[in-house]
Amino acid sequence: MIHSLFLINCSGDIFLEKHWKSVVSQSVCDYFFEAQEKAADVENVPPVISTPHHYLISIYRDKLFFVSVIQTEVPPLFVIEFLHRVADTFQDYFGDSNVGDTLPTGQLSNIPWRRAGVKYTNNEAYFDVVEEIDAIIDKSGSTVFAEIQGVIDACIKLSGMPDLSLSFMNPRLLDDVSFHPCIRFKRWESERVLSFIPPDGNFRLISYRVSSQNLVAIPVYVKHSISFKENSSCGRFDVTIGPKQNMGKTIEGITVTVHMPKVVLNMNLTPTQGGYTFDPVTKVLTWDVGKITPQKLPSLKGLVNLQSGAPKPEENPSLNIQFKIQQLAISGLKVNRLDMYGEKYKPFKGVKYVTKAGKFQVRT
Amino acid sequence: MTDSKYFTTTKKGEIFELKAELNSDKKEKKKEAVKKVIASMTVGKDVSALFPDVVNCMQTDNLELKKLVYLYLMNYAKSQPDMAIMAVNTFVKDCEDPNPLIRALAVRTMGCIRVDKITEYLCEPLRKCLKDEDPYVRKTAAVCVAKLHDINAQLVEDQGFLDTLKDLISDSNPMVVANAVAALSEIAESHPSSNLLDLNPQSINKLLTALNECTEWGQIFILDCLANYTPKDDREAQSICERVTPRLSHANSAVVLSAVKVLMKFMEMLSKDLDYYGTLLKKLAPPLVTLLSAEPELQYVALRNINLIVQKRPEILKHEMKVFFVKYNDPIYVKLEKLDIMIRLASQANIAQVLAELKEYATEVDVDFVRKAVRAIGRCAIKVEQSAERCVSTLLDLIQTKVNYVVQEAIVVIKDIFRKYPNKYESVIATLCENLDSLDEPEARAAMIWIVGEYAERIDNADELLESFLEGFHDESTQVQLQLLTAIVKLFLKKPTETQELVQQVLSLATQDSDNPDLRDRGYIYWRLLSTDPVAAKEVVLAEKPLISEETDLIEPTLLDELICYIGTLASVYHKPPSAFVEGGRVSGPPLAASSVQMGAVDLLGGGLDSLIGDTSFGPPPAAAVPARLGAPTSSGLSDLFDLTSGVGTLSGFYVAPKAVWLPAMKAKGLEISGTFTRQVGSISMDLQLTNKALQVMTDFAIQFNRNSFGLAPAAPLQVHAPLSPNQTVEISLPLNTVGSVMKMEPLNNLQVAVKNNIDVFYFSTLYPLHILFVEDGKMDRQMFLATWKDIPNENETQFQIRDCPLNAEAASSRLQSSNIFTVAKRNVEGQDMLYQSLKLTNGIWVLAELRVQPGSPSLTLSLKCRAPEVSQHVYQAYETILKN
Repeated sequence: MIHSLFLINCSGDIFLEKHWKSVVSQSVCDYFFEAQEKAADVENVPPVISTPHHYLISIYRDKLFFVSVIQTEVPPLFVIEFLHRVADTFQDYFGDSNVGDTLPTGQLSNIPWRRAGVKYTNNEAYFDVVEEIDAIIDKSGSTVFAEIQGVIDACIKLSGMPDLSLSFMNPRLLDDVSFHPCIRFKRWESERVLSFIPPDGNFRLISYRVSSQNLVAIPVYVKHSISFKENSSCGRFDVTIGPKQNMGKTIEGITVTVHMPKVVLNMNLTPTQGGYTFDPVTKVLTWDVGKITPQKLPSLKGLVNLQSGAPKPEENPSLNIQFKIQQLAISGLKVNRLDMYGEKYKPFKGVKYVTKAGKFQVRT
Repeated sequence: MTDSKYFTTTKKGEIFELKAELNSDKKEKKKEAVKKVIASMTVGKDVSALFPDVVNCMQTDNLELKKLVYLYLMNYAKSQPDMAIMAVNTFVKDCEDPNPLIRALAVRTMGCIRVDKITEYLCEPLRKCLKDEDPYVRKTAAVCVAKLHDINAQLVEDQGFLDTLKDLISDSNPMVVANAVAALSEIAESHPSSNLLDLNPQSINKLLTALNECTEWGQIFILDCLANYTPKDDREAQSICERVTPRLSHANSAVVLSAVKVLMKFMEMLSKDLDYYGTLLKKLAPPLVTLLSAEPELQYVALRNINLIVQKRPEILKHEMKVFFVKYNDPIYVKLEKLDIMIRLASQANIAQVLAELKEYATEVDVDFVRKAVRAIGRCAIKVEQSAERCVSTLLDLIQTKVNYVVQEAIVVIKDIFRKYPNKYESVIATLCENLDSLDEPEARAAMIWIVGEYAERIDNADELLESFLEGFHDESTQVQLQLLTAIVKLFLKKPTETQELVQQVLSLATQDSDNPDLRDRGYIYWRLLSTDPVAAKEVVLAEKPLISEETDLIEPTLLDELICYIGTLASVYHKPPSAFVEGGRVSGPPLAASSVQMGAVDLLGGGLDSLIGDTSFGPPPAAAVPARLGAPTSSGLSDLFDLTSGVGTLSGFYVAPKAVWLPAMKAKGLEISGTFTRQVGSISMDLQLTNKALQVMTDFAIQFNRNSFGLAPAAPLQVHAPLSPNQTVEISLPLNTVGSVMKMEPLNNLQVAVKNNIDVFYFSTLYPLHILFVEDGKMDRQMFLATWKDIPNENETQFQIRDCPLNAEAASSRLQSSNIFTVAKRNVEGQDMLYQSLKLTNGIWVLAELRVQPGSPSLTLSLKCRAPEVSQHVYQAYETILKN
């Protein structure tokens, strides 16, 4: 199992170490730093690194590296999952400030995920159905790949030991699902009902994937023309965004980010809506569009200044699109009802839907 | 009130103040003080001076305060072992507290305090806690056994905790079962040979029941443990699969992958006609795809495993190609893995899509990724014949971009395409030649040179091109030099009149001016060949080459099967069996370089014996033919000497069994093979007698071993100097080494051999006597012997009787010594001679023996002790063979 854990920040300081067995010297992290140097970008550091006497399995979260030292054969996914859980716990505990307000306490109960003796004055159960569209759209606008990654996050503040049943209008949509351990698998298999005694507080009830291509509606389209002239130090940039299959809802929170080629020095653009920034160091163009009004489609046009004398860039940048649609689960998933057994009070119930762009890429 | 304030005090004389507060009468004040101490400790201040005062606070019924004190103890006990003893009494008392939480907390903390003196006191409370009425305490105690084992393994074994732990597998509470399995798995890591997790249908049922109710981490341990079980028949396999399948929907990816491992392994036992088999295949796809939407680190491990799964059962993911399409902001390590899988899944049905993607990738920014994408296009051409034309034209488009590294990669893969589809795409050679000057990487240069040499007759200025390379011959890398030598010899054989000077020049450069032995030897071989018999030279050098196939980059089937059993482990990430990089449960050094794996990847059953020497995807002269006819360039002087002695028999008294028939003629189209094994001055050899009982001449012999328990492998190719005529017999001694790939065989000394000749490939298996593996430095020092004998647990001791062997101690000892079994000490006890002996196997395993000789009795008693007790039976057989012959 995990022998030791090191936490390393972006500037390479090892600011926390924990040893479950004997102490392993910090110098083992040198192998990690070496790999980090080679990777150039922090996100590209390989998660499993071998050293003469150990293996280093690491994750990168919130600008921190969690580096674990392994000495025996272990399932790496076990370690990576565990590290993410450690990171989750830190995030929960520390939040934005340095130290949280309460030291966590635990209490024994028959159900490992729920403590006994929970009490609330207002009993509430909220479910957020959040769907993210991952898609790759090719130059001509047709969909190369698209799928929906959905989750149902719950915030449950119910007293005692409530036993909940959540049913859907169209459970057939859910054929590839991952469950929180509290869900009774048998009930789902036989009746397609989510039956569970929930953990207390915030947790992820299920995550699911809908991938059949024709089922995935693409809510936006992008018209683009990015061109660089041969033997000239400039190019043209022209991007327009419009609504496609948006089920009559407003598309908002649109952001377009583009990693421009290295030879791009600067960009002189005019947005019809929203504002844009171009970072000449990272070469990242960010256009904060806002929402789409179909009467006047937002566009961003202008000139691209290239390093003079440099050859015309070979690669065409991809556009990364972010957006959000409130009150819509794009897969069509709908909650039918929520019933509670085992407790007498009447809880307050609520379901919210939202659709967002996940890894939504448009090739140019 | 918040707890953050504890971290903000910076008053002077803090320690002094804290001390006073810790000793306060008021409970609240005490608690506050302990919190302040913990806060200081957390931010790295040294508060160890407060040890006695903090320990005093331990006796409280306030759980929160107790936890904090325990936290303090875990941190400082190591640096203050003597003071830590003060806390022992309270621990022991807490282990009997009426509150199960306190009992568990106490036993857990004691396990975390890695101080020898404390562990002694831990045993009694731990024993009680393992049998506690409360499951929470039992489950905590189970893990504590593993912790204690890490500190003092002997203590745990002596106290019988391992047996108690095994009993906990049948506990009524699933969490306890899970933790017992986890603890036993952890302990088994450092005791690879021990049989700690001995599973039977009853315990399997217990595990499956616990699986549904324990925590996610427990599920991983249980699933990994289940994967090691072998069901007795297909019905049991199916029933286990049915109960494991729901785990595929778990949110924890490690649970999912461990479940996949169990299913992939047990599926082997199910009949493909079964409806259930099809259902299971369908169920495996969605969870694997889902793993790809997790965090990138998880994706990476998942992809490495999917790579194995698609090779083993391509049908599972054949419709899921698109999920492996690369997103531009995937981390590079994910991109490269996805690419690999895309090629594995490429088929005629989806090749158009795949090619479109690959072409897109070839214009990306990341150099490594672009290179791999270009290579992938070449691999597609080789894999899917219908797409070859489109792939070649895509590659030509890419060459037109003139991006240096793209051009070089494209040329390397085009060379392979030529090999796969001869006389089809040579029209593009002109375009390739245009780019000659821009090639600066050895692999690309070598590929280009190969192309020029191979197609010299179609390239008008082939001699000029090759000559231009020759100018800087000594600055080139070996790969390019070797290729240049071969290419010019080819050119000479095709156009002898104009190129005599060129070939002279390269032969002298290679043989006289180079100190690289490979280059020199190859140069000499060509030289001799050309000067003795140009016709033969033509036959050899310009012989038709075997076609290459995509198989070259597939994992060899037996290794693949082994790796499937290791899904989800480090072995699956490195695509190497654990034996290749984990020794005795300890990681030893980084995995072997890729090349050694490729050696292992040569397939015994794929009929690919031609690939024994050299890399097929690259074109040295028809390699398989050369050594067979000209003698082995790799055989060392030692093994040559050995050839002379092998016929003579045994010089040193080493026992050699008479030759036995291993492969009868009727099973091998007239080839009869008999043989035996010997060991001389540290080298092992296989003495073979080949008889041709067929009516035609046999040539082109080659031999290969399957992976085996001790890594036995031929140290040189099989040398049959002349063709074997009908009714002729030849004796050959084949030197062996023990650096081949290792796989445990049943029985342990089983060796599977493939022999090839011009007629066919034949397979047989034989058992080798273990004493050929006894090494010369197997004599253990006396002190060491005593200590080791004591150290090896008694259950590893096995006793044997050697009957009808009327030897005295002296004679037995000397006879054994000639087979490298050494007498370390001799003792006479009540008229019996006791010989204490040691021997060491080639893989470093020591075997200790006690041989009892009773004067007047024809029987000897042999007791063997070894950390790997499975060898004992075979060592006993070796003893018997040596003593009786």
